[in-house]
Amino acid sequence: MLATRTLSDLKMGERAIIKSFSDRAMSLKLLEMGCLPGCEVRLDATAPFGDPICVRVGGCYCLSLRRNEAASIEVE
Amino acid sequence: MKFSFPKIALIGNPNSGKSTLFNQLTGLRQKTGNFPGVTVEKKTGTLRFPDSAAAGTPQETLTLTEATLIDLPGIYSIYPKSRDEQVAIDILANPQHPDHPDAVVVVADASNLQRNLLLFTQIADLGFPTVLALNMLDVADSMNLKVNAVQLAMQLNVPVVRINARTGEGIDRLREAIKGVSADGKSKPTYFLDPAESQADLIGEVKENYQLDNSYLALQYLCQHDSFTFLNVNQKADLEKRIIDHNFDKTDFLAHETITRYARLRPLVAKSVTIIGESDQPAWTRRLDKIMLHPVWGYVAFLMVLLLIFQAVFAWAQYPMDWLDQGTANAIQWTKNTLPSGVLNDLLTDGLMAGIGGVIIFIPQIAFLFGLVGLLEESGYMARVMVIMDKLMRKFGLNGRSVVPLISGVACAVPAIMTTRSINNSYERLLTIFVTPLMSCSARLPIYTILIALVVPDETVLGFLNLQGLVLLGLYMLGLVGALASAWLFSLFIPRLEPSYFILEMPTYKWPRWSHLGITMYDSVRSFVVEAGKIIVAISIVLWVLASYGPGDEMARAETEVINEMTNAAPQTQQAAVASARLESSYAGHFGKFIEPAIRPLGYDWKIGIALITSFAAREVFVGTMSTIYSIGGDAGEDAVTIRQRLQKERNPRTGGPMYTPAVSFSLLMFYVFAMMCMSTLAVVYRETHGWKWPLIQLAYTMFLAYVSAWATFQLLS
Repeated sequence: MLATRTLSDLKMGERAIIKSFSDRAMSLKLLEMGCLPGCEVRLDATAPFGDPICVRVGGCYCLSLRRNEAASIEVE
Repeated sequence: MKFSFPKIALIGNPNSGKSTLFNQLTGLRQKTGNFPGVTVEKKTGTLRFPDSAAAGTPQETLTLTEATLIDLPGIYSIYPKSRDEQVAIDILANPQHPDHPDAVVVVADASNLQRNLLLFTQIADLGFPTVLALNMLDVADSMNLKVNAVQLAMQLNVPVVRINARTGEGIDRLREAIKGVSADGKSKPTYFLDPAESQADLIGEVKENYQLDNSYLALQYLCQHDSFTFLNVNQKADLEKRIIDHNFDKTDFLAHETITRYARLRPLVAKSVTIIGESDQPAWTRRLDKIMLHPVWGYVAFLMVLLLIFQAVFAWAQYPMDWLDQGTANAIQWTKNTLPSGVLNDLLTDGLMAGIGGVIIFIPQIAFLFGLVGLLEESGYMARVMVIMDKLMRKFGLNGRSVVPLISGVACAVPAIMTTRSINNSYERLLTIFVTPLMSCSARLPIYTILIALVVPDETVLGFLNLQGLVLLGLYMLGLVGALASAWLFSLFIPRLEPSYFILEMPTYKWPRWSHLGITMYDSVRSFVVEAGKIIVAISIVLWVLASYGPGDEMARAETEVINEMTNAAPQTQQAAVASARLESSYAGHFGKFIEPAIRPLGYDWKIGIALITSFAAREVFVGTMSTIYSIGGDAGEDAVTIRQRLQKERNPRTGGPMYTPAVSFSLLMFYVFAMMCMSTLAVVYRETHGWKWPLIQLAYTMFLAYVSAWATFQLLS
């Protein structure tokens, strides 16, 4: 059994597709910023000490978010 | 019929180039103020329409010549996430609001069209006549995206104008388009998403009961009534009841709304945007980020930027500050000599003009600092600083976004606290406001300089470091450490009501526009002069009165006494002694004596007490007061060397040794590092936190911190 993977598990440069959100309140904000289920994301950079991370969303812009925020985004 | 110009609101995502467009459209015909009832900064400007008709009789033709343009805060959607963003929906949802627009210009970043259009569909669904300004087409180009504006206009059924806000390209066409729609008036929209699709009954009820003809506006009443100031308590309770009756789940509905809007936008965007090859951020942005976010080079770069800021604020700003200082001193001298002498002359020169001088002296530092901060924000670098500092800041209960106010605090806490508005978490915002005044602002610098010069030898250590400079740096670091430690301490006591967010868009790097930067600098200087200026000038006048008058004829008696005692002394010595005696018996002197018991444990006498009291209003008054007390010259055009020499000669009447021993001087330095001695800051905190609770806690806390550390320092060193 594979545990649910989240955005925070991605390796540098790895791509994934957003599947769902586990935090309802945060999901509203993320949806508005264009993180939609089915949208491709790629881990672009991490800040020093590994947090926050910078993610390319849908090939068009770069979003920075904390690891715990990224962990609320399930990917596949 | 009274004719008024139409009001146009400018709306767009953060980083869409909205402010640049605002500057392009209005030039210098802009005003800054506050939105009514809230303290969010409001910028309005006059938008001139191009001349279409030849000169005729304007009364008859009623051709529109101009409109009022209102710049709304950058938002991603009309559901606000911070106090700044709240303003936008307040204005849009309330037709009675004085800023409620007749038409809206939505600025969209063409390189990220789908996300930018989300906001556009919400605005259009509210029924506003709308123009879409497509900006950043050059960025889209470099990302291999070709946007077809005509196709987009057909799909969205609104005028779409291709612009380049940075170069001014397309601005005239945008003006024409705005003119075209501004007379249209609201219409029933063809909804991108009609909330009545899924909630027909509930939306119908709200529309009927609140006389609304727009379903989407009715939805806003349901989702956001809590924060709508134009609804009364009963109305809010009524809406709440309807929500429960209909089992309406707001969060679910909003998530569904956003997903549906995107789903409907997707085919539409696909028709208008052609992707040639792989789309990615411009290569130089990626390359720069490799450095700016690097575990080592990222911090090195940030440190260099900080050094540059310090260099500008402390070294380069010194020249214009010296001119201003000299200019003020000359103006005071000239006025003193030109006008007939008397009480009015003294009040004007020593009170008012010295007070104004104390304000304008800081203009170069404020302008330099906020110019540089503006430069960093415009270029996109500030977002990277927030990213690399977030983890560290979080340890102290703050947010990466707290970095900007903390850096700005080095110049002046007043504008710095105003920049906390961009922190969307109210808890982190409060903590940041709370600790920003602990950063050593430029008003502390003259105090630091004089006291350090008094007790720290001007020596070189380790071959190249100046000992005095090192101590100065230490005081700044102490302020920073104090700020972070206090944030941590208070984060243990203040309950966190909402989870902390970071989620931040990283804009591409851009060359800043110099004209835009000039406007930013002008704005920050203006707000400082108005905000802090009022208080500092008022206090200077009060201070002058307190130092010039005493109870009964005490001052006159003291004066005669001194003159009788010193009949043989040189006139200059006598004059100085008279001034000193008069001050001692003035109201200010009485205050100083009154608090002397409280400050004796810190090593201070009543003279320092006066300076403490007067500088309570504003620290910059300290040096001026000291020079008055030690009667150097007699005006505030101070000369640091003479004050220093005078302070060195001052004897402690109880010990017979010098008054300003290292113990006393360091104790004073500690006091000024921590004490929140600034009325303007208190006033700003009051305004920003909507009450006296936080400014008073802040004042008590910093005073306690200052007193204890000054006491400990004095006891340890003496």
